[in-house]
Amino acid sequence: MLKIDGLRVNYGGIEAVKGLTFEVPERQIVTLIGANGAGKSTILRTIAGLVKPASGRIHLQSEDITGISPDRIVSKGITLVPEGRHVFPDLTVLENLKIGAYLRKDSLEEDLDWVYSLFPRLKERSWQAAGTLSGGEQQMLAVGRALMSRPKLMMMDEPSLGLAPLVVKDIFSIIKKINEQGVTILLIEQNANMALHIADTAYVLETGRLTLSGSGKELLKNEAVKKAYLG
Amino acid sequence: MNEKKSKKGAFIALVCVAVLLALTIVLENTLDPTKNIMLFTVLKKGAVYALVASSMNLLNGFTGLFSLGQAGFMLLGAYTYAILTIPTDTRSAVYYLYGGCAINFSLPELFGGGAAGLILGVLIALILAGCVAAAVAWLIGLPVLRLKSDYLAIATLGFAEIIRAVFQWDKLGPVTNGANALKGFPTFSSFNIKGGLRLSTFVAFLLAAVCIGVILLLINSSYGRAFKAIREDEVAAEAMGINLSRHKRLSFCISSFFAGVGGGMFAMFATQAQAKTFTTAMTYEILLIVVIGGIGSISGSCIASFLYLACSEWWLRFLDTEVVLKSGFKVPLLRNGFRMVVFSIIIMVVVLFFRKGIMGDKELPDLFRARKNAKVKGGEGNG
Repeated sequence: MLKIDGLRVNYGGIEAVKGLTFEVPERQIVTLIGANGAGKSTILRTIAGLVKPASGRIHLQSEDITGISPDRIVSKGITLVPEGRHVFPDLTVLENLKIGAYLRKDSLEEDLDWVYSLFPRLKERSWQAAGTLSGGEQQMLAVGRALMSRPKLMMMDEPSLGLAPLVVKDIFSIIKKINEQGVTILLIEQNANMALHIADTAYVLETGRLTLSGSGKELLKNEAVKKAYLG
Repeated sequence: MNEKKSKKGAFIALVCVAVLLALTIVLENTLDPTKNIMLFTVLKKGAVYALVASSMNLLNGFTGLFSLGQAGFMLLGAYTYAILTIPTDTRSAVYYLYGGCAINFSLPELFGGGAAGLILGVLIALILAGCVAAAVAWLIGLPVLRLKSDYLAIATLGFAEIIRAVFQWDKLGPVTNGANALKGFPTFSSFNIKGGLRLSTFVAFLLAAVCIGVILLLINSSYGRAFKAIREDEVAAEAMGINLSRHKRLSFCISSFFAGVGGGMFAMFATQAQAKTFTTAMTYEILLIVVIGGIGSISGSCIASFLYLACSEWWLRFLDTEVVLKSGFKVPLLRNGFRMVVFSIIIMVVVLFFRKGIMGDKELPDLFRARKNAKVKGGEGNG
């Protein structure tokens, strides 16, 4: 579905991504794991169009989407759940969700019902300002907001950041559920254990280069991965 | 169900505005304007300021772009309006220093003069006033909107000062009349029917109400939501597919459009247009109104503009005149200028006790809704 070919990205004067080639197959959960500064977030930001690559190409379903503006990328069906949630604190939960569907002109009722069925908690709090939600609820809102654009591919940047272990478990089971309903997922995580357990395909990233790839289960058993990321 | 509710709310709001407009007609025709000059001055200027404050709130409060160029855009609007509507036969008198005006037509006359010509001419001149301001805003926006927060404020402030200087430039005299005032164009009083209804305050209110209505519709549309999203979090807004530069420019242009219309109305109120009145102090006055009313509340801006003007121009006037009691006792402190001291103290108190302004980021109907919601919740708790 998504093909990345020889991607190089400069970020703040240094080369953060050094010639990366990988693929995200349709309807799978794909995860990128790696230490701090490996370039994971930069990759997602580049795919979302927020950062322009120095070289390399990005194809979505054989269409070249390299370097086009973020709003056009969203309308092509790629959405990003940014790191640290970034909900709009003074807007209500409902308004946050509606902004997720900003580029769509059709009726939102169906998708609102879908998001509310995934996250019943959001329905209870639909009139509350998003800033007053707990961390877990804000993460749910960020995911729900991204789903409102009816994406083919949802990219998630550290969904477990700063959440209690139980909440993390919840979030991951919902990610799985969303994937089963047909949304391809590209996930980056520091919590490698969690990510590898649900991933169909996993890539290990070290300072801007791919060092390992395989299915999630294979990598869980891999000695090098165990040593470096699973402890 | 929510749609029904919001429709009902819109209907109630429309009725309230209609009542208010009717009230201005009744007020102006039952009270003698020559004996209640202050009241009508405050009402008319208040309507103009309410519009300009709302336009500033759209930009500063809803989109989060801190701009201080409002007076500059008002000046553009005021001059555009004046130049387009001064009657052709008075032009040579107004522009006597420059031997007549370079532009020799007048919109009300183009539309055949009379009442219909006046209404059409003034309306179109006001719309063009807004368009000129918006067009200039678009140009200024290209470089300036790349800046953020304080830097944007400084750049727009500088722009307003430059505009003011340019309009006073002697070489442009045949168009702008140099540093002299433009006068003779239709004012609010031109709408008073001779020997009949006095409509000057009504016209000011009607124009302001229509423009503020448009601003409110915009804020409640999906564009308004996008503006708020930009204010709250630019990164997330961009990730959601909102084109930042396009929306910022849109907000800047629309805000300037209404500032331009407001400038034209200010000229109608003041009966003359002169560049030196559109100073930075005027922008600060409007900014003060926005802050006191509540950043992010249009109804707050409207309420605050009337309160502010009533306080600064009317209610505190008595503080400026010396009072000597019959016993020969001279009341201390009361003298010319004391009004501004008291006024400043009032503003400080307001800012101290209403940190988020009178209305915060709520609109008037929200206050009623909040009470209803609380009742519903209480009811559920009991059941």
